Amino acid sequence: MTAVQVTPEQVWAALAAVPDPEIPVVSVTDMGMVRDVTVDGGRVSVTFTPTFSGCPALHVIRDSIGEAVRALGVEDVEVRSTLTPPWTTDWIKEDARERLRQYGIAPPAPADESPLITLDPEPTRCPRCGSLNVRMTASFGPTLCKRLYVCESCREPFEGFKSV
Amino acid sequence: MTAAMTLTPNQTETLVRKLTALADDEIILAHRDGEWTGHAPILEEDIALANIAQDELGHAGMYLELRRELDGSDPDRLAFFRDVDGFTNVRLVELPKGDWAFTMLRQYLFDAYEALWLDAARASTYAPLTEVAAKAVREEKFHLQHTALWVERLALGTDESHRRTQNALNELWPYTAQLFQPVQDEEGLVEAGILPDLAGVRGRWEALVVPHLTQKCGLMLPAASAAAAAGRDTHTEHLAPLLAEMQSVARAVPNAEVW
Repeated sequence: MTAVQVTPEQVWAALAAVPDPEIPVVSVTDMGMVRDVTVDGGRVSVTFTPTFSGCPALHVIRDSIGEAVRALGVEDVEVRSTLTPPWTTDWIKEDARERLRQYGIAPPAPADESPLITLDPEPTRCPRCGSLNVRMTASFGPTLCKRLYVCESCREPFEGFKSV
Repeated sequence: MTAAMTLTPNQTETLVRKLTALADDEIILAHRDGEWTGHAPILEEDIALANIAQDELGHAGMYLELRRELDGSDPDRLAFFRDVDGFTNVRLVELPKGDWAFTMLRQYLFDAYEALWLDAARASTYAPLTEVAAKAVREEKFHLQHTALWVERLALGTDESHRRTQNALNELWPYTAQLFQPVQDEEGLVEAGILPDLAGVRGRWEALVVPHLTQKCGLMLPAASAAAAAGRDTHTEHLAPLLAEMQSVARAVPNAEVW
């Protein structure tokens, strides 16, 4: 098998099809986790950043990225992780926020506005009816990135993204 | 990677000591939190505490990766194959989990300290630590929101919940002083801007937790006890049984490659 030449655009397109293992309606590029793609001859290197440092899906994401690039015919693939700059929910793309909302997950509020050390949670909007009259039922959800709420207006329980 | 080149041998040794202490606090506290898995009062709290424990282990992993860059040590070996004499966690985190009030109050006191220490460490001149602090502080703020709310809820709840929270504070408060004791030679790294000054962190910590505990929650601060003279090499009788459980699987199958 001869080494295949790919463009960075092709690599990005392939990564756009790699789902977040815990929220399959969005991809790793939608989430803003892929920070850099470089192509050097037949060698491709992808840099990604973890969402939460203790996220158990990290090795799955790393493997999936490698597989997606190898599926383009590239043999020499390097997947690196970086902590800098730290991932923020502000990097989640607009159309992905809408998909999260349709999936029943309240997208995150802008992270820049909340002070770093605060004892109060940020306001959250019900993904179904849009009401801000919601009650947090658990400040930690089924994954590290989400919390649980109930909407006091339409009575629906829902998950909300933490603003990080 | 390259930043390690700028440290003197003594600075490297001290930073390794500090990173290990930071990681040990997180590992032992995470294990105590994990003891509630399947036993918390309600399912949501079971999940929440498991989440918090997972984050703390994530932070321990980052600190030990920084240590690996400095001395090549293996994080898993450090966590699972050191004996009680080798652990350098503060005694606060090794105390048995107690009741729910004890666990929540301990986590609150620790989270506030950790969030403020990390906040200060974001200004470190040692770039790898700056990166880790910037990452971890964002996670820590969710712990603090959660445990601050629980302390309020318990202190202002029923007579029984208030009594238990006050008892927990009476027992835990004297142990908090050790969080602000530097490791050997730490002051040199503070002067070099590599580590935050613990006295400054303590000032911010007290300004945050004391009004919250006393004014908002109506708790009484116990009289300050004599400062804990013993360092991080001294433990209570509770650490050895914890390690025996935590390390049992790794030691039973030391060559396991897949968990």
